[in-house]
Amino acid sequence: MSERVQIQATINGEPVQFLAEPRQSLLEALRDELGMTGAKEGCGNGNCGACNVILDGRLVDSCIVLAAEVEGRLLTTIEGIAQGNHLHPLQQAFLEEAALQCGVCTPGFIVAAKALLDRTPHPTEDQVRHWLAGNLCRCTGYDKIVRAVLRASESTEANA
Amino acid sequence: MAAVWIPPQLRYLTRGAERATVPGDTLRAVIDALDAAYPGLRDRLCEADEIRGHISIVVDGDVTQRGLTQPVRPDSEVQIIPAIAGG
Amino acid sequence: MVLETEKKQKKYKVIGTRPIRPDGLDKVTGRARFGADIDLPGMLHGAILRSPHAHAHIVRIDTSKAAALPGVKAVVTNADFPHVPAEELSLGEGAVNLVHLRQNVLAEDKVLYHGHAVAAVAATSAHIATEALRLIDVTYELLEPVLDVRDAMKQGSPILHADLRTRDMGKDGDIPSNIASHLHFELGDADHAFGEADVVIEREFTTRMVHQGYIEPHNATVSWDEDDHLTIWMSTQGAFNVRDQMARLLRLPVHNVRVVPMEIGGGFGGKISVYLPPVGAILSHKTGRPVKLVMNRTEVLEATGPTSGSYIKLKMGATKDGRLIAARGELAYEAGAFPGSPVGAGCMTMLGPYDIANATIDGYDVVVNKPRVAAYRAPGAPISAFACESVVDELAEQLGIDPLQFRLQNASKEGTRQLRGTTFPPIGNVAMIKAALASDHYNAPLEGPNRGRGVANGFWFNAGMQSSLNASVNGDGTVSLIEGNTDIGGTRASIAMQLAETLGIPMEAVRPTVVDTDSVGYNAVTGGSRITFASGWAAYECGMDIRRLMCARAAAIWDLGEDDVEYVDGVIRARKDAAKKFTFAELAGRINSTGAPIIGNASVSPQTVGGAFALHIADVEVDPETGKVQVLRYTAFQDPGTAIHPAYVEGQMQGGASQGIGWALNEEYYYNADGTLANASFLDYRMPTTLDLPMIDAVMVETPNPGHPYGVRGVGEVPIVPPLATIANAVYRATGVRFRDLPISPRRVLKETQGLE
Repeated sequence: MSERVQIQATINGEPVQFLAEPRQSLLEALRDELGMTGAKEGCGNGNCGACNVILDGRLVDSCIVLAAEVEGRLLTTIEGIAQGNHLHPLQQAFLEEAALQCGVCTPGFIVAAKALLDRTPHPTEDQVRHWLAGNLCRCTGYDKIVRAVLRASESTEANA
Repeated sequence: MAAVWIPPQLRYLTRGAERATVPGDTLRAVIDALDAAYPGLRDRLCEADEIRGHISIVVDGDVTQRGLTQPVRPDSEVQIIPAIAGG
Repeated sequence: MVLETEKKQKKYKVIGTRPIRPDGLDKVTGRARFGADIDLPGMLHGAILRSPHAHAHIVRIDTSKAAALPGVKAVVTNADFPHVPAEELSLGEGAVNLVHLRQNVLAEDKVLYHGHAVAAVAATSAHIATEALRLIDVTYELLEPVLDVRDAMKQGSPILHADLRTRDMGKDGDIPSNIASHLHFELGDADHAFGEADVVIEREFTTRMVHQGYIEPHNATVSWDEDDHLTIWMSTQGAFNVRDQMARLLRLPVHNVRVVPMEIGGGFGGKISVYLPPVGAILSHKTGRPVKLVMNRTEVLEATGPTSGSYIKLKMGATKDGRLIAARGELAYEAGAFPGSPVGAGCMTMLGPYDIANATIDGYDVVVNKPRVAAYRAPGAPISAFACESVVDELAEQLGIDPLQFRLQNASKEGTRQLRGTTFPPIGNVAMIKAALASDHYNAPLEGPNRGRGVANGFWFNAGMQSSLNASVNGDGTVSLIEGNTDIGGTRASIAMQLAETLGIPMEAVRPTVVDTDSVGYNAVTGGSRITFASGWAAYECGMDIRRLMCARAAAIWDLGEDDVEYVDGVIRARKDAAKKFTFAELAGRINSTGAPIIGNASVSPQTVGGAFALHIADVEVDPETGKVQVLRYTAFQDPGTAIHPAYVEGQMQGGASQGIGWALNEEYYYNADGTLANASFLDYRMPTTLDLPMIDAVMVETPNPGHPYGVRGVGEVPIVPPLATIANAVYRATGVRFRDLPISPRRVLKETQGLE
């Protein structure tokens, strides 16, 4: 058994310290050490996007980032997308557009779309489709997901 | 009298008959009447007092969920089909 | 863009609206608890050793080194299971042989496919459990694998199961065979009818195994207590089915097993049979601690699902005036390592869209050295529809008739006799085809080189089966609805909406909760497109039960006879005294001061499922350089009976279409000659992404099902039936080549259009 190391990072605006094994992925650390189970494992090798988080402003698959790599960095997870009791416009749009069925890919899609809107506040459908091509959804055929992201991008709040 | 469609694989028991018209107001009574006319049919369709697991019986277009207690009308059609799986 | 060609009748207030689903908030915030999110005190983590070979005897398994690794608490093999007799266990739809189930969960004396589970470990961490697997020493004696359905049927082919005989309508053959069963259907006189046909076309088709591809891998956390009570937290389509499978496999009373259905990340039929819970149970029994097992993606692809690969030969004949009169088909489906392919449904649905009086169809369920197949959305039907709709398309072309017009003039309707002998109740096939003929998409010009438009039809039976639920009326007029069906695609909403409609109260006043197997009556699987139909029917009956109780209570308060009180639009009122009335909420507020609580109960097993049709139109463009087929435009038409929550009906239509497009264009199990699976990852098993699909227009053409209180037909499965042929027919018009082997991958397109290998 390998020795656990201490890691400090800022997660969803809060300073957090936790212990993790050097071989643990960021996804494992979030889920198993920090109890943040919103990010999901769909493939374990960066193909499906269900574990998407935003690391220093960049969208990453947390299953292929080591926990130790986030030392001193800023992390946003699905748990930090809503502001208190106030849903992010993306979350609201996903609800209103019925953009989820089983819901297991939904956290990854919302985090990925957030990263898109952070850099491209008013994307075209093509831009949305290119950006989300790393996220797999098996239930919806993506139609309503793309619509939800476009709808959220019309909200001024989404670009705040 | 309900009309029962005999599947091809069971027609050796019905001397080639494709259809049999038998009395009965439940599926059990219909199958009993079939077996009286064509001995051996019940054994191919039922095990103990239940329809065999690999068989479904259709009464008036719908696969019965009620087994041998399924009501049958005088003008009913009954088909015997392999059980199917859904997902 | 979404068109609803038939406006909802004004009689409904809740049905046909698009409220936000009750479980939506938890799912957009990451709070929803899926099976893998469980964490229990003292919990161990399990891992499973899988066979690297497709076909081999297990000579010896030495677990001693693994057991000695620090952190390892138990190692188990098939020998740790209690013996089970060779009996069949009904899974509601279809049955499973308990011995086969046990041998699939952990191999006994033989491994039958690459990825077959051989042994399992429980350890203090998932990483230690995985390390321990490498220390298990298995000695195999290799056998020749059988990978193709046609090879497996040949005499002299290696035999997978020495005791397997071909079953023919309940009668078993005399010699060992890989053909587990032979099905035979006859309608009219096909031989004679072919003699009268002016055009006869006979073609052969093959398809490969494909996976359901749910994003959430299988999982199970099991706690076996000292008093032999078992609790299982997992993602499953059928908590009660898991309970019953576990009780039988482990020889426990049913009430000793409690299954807690967590949120489920997709199933499509693949999460009905058990894989992990029996392994978790014996590991928990050995260690006295809860054990959690979660598959990785490779395990999901190698050892769960998929649906059959197939070989089909189909001959169809028509008269020169465009009447389909005869069909002769032979369907052979791969069952994987154990019997149970969906070939029966493939046979019985194939000709469903047509009024065709003479047909003879043979079906073969064949074992091969690949994973045991599981149900996949309209199991068996997309495969046979691919063959039928390709031949129908070719017949229309030879006859010089528009392909949709040809389908319309041969369309099945109420009273049409099907291959299985039954006649259709009122169905929406004709109305749907007419809507497609009149649609903007079908009439829009498609210009440009390498482009083509294809259409195809599809039929699925749908299922009814058993549903139970109950609902308590709260003092403020809200209602707590307790149900037992895993919600995969919005069924909390569609069930609650039907209860609200029945009670005449807003949807938001009903709060649905999905509970464990100890907390509600029996419910069959979330499958067969049955939940909105059957559990919705239960919600209606439950609502009627509450209405009766509310009327009786009002009658008692007013000192009237029960017959003097009526329930209209959520108001309970005296028939003869307009001054005497309660709103639902007013009377709810008086329940506990006037008598017993009011709880509605319902349990149903409805049979009148109605049947469902889908018709798809696709425009594609084929890149001559790369061979890639791009879908430019796609429209799905479907008869949902009554669309309870139209947005989620559209979602089913769009999702089914996209799975079918993946099946048509890219998805396949790619096996090496030695029987090892070469593409067990999402990188190599290529499912559609946002870039592979256009918006998918969903057009609901409602023909209410007279066999349901609100006219519902199941909607989930049928939309995966037409896309395979829709795409193949479109690619034909773009390239001039008829693709009869799926998938139509760039490699195959280049080979067929340019001879490039």
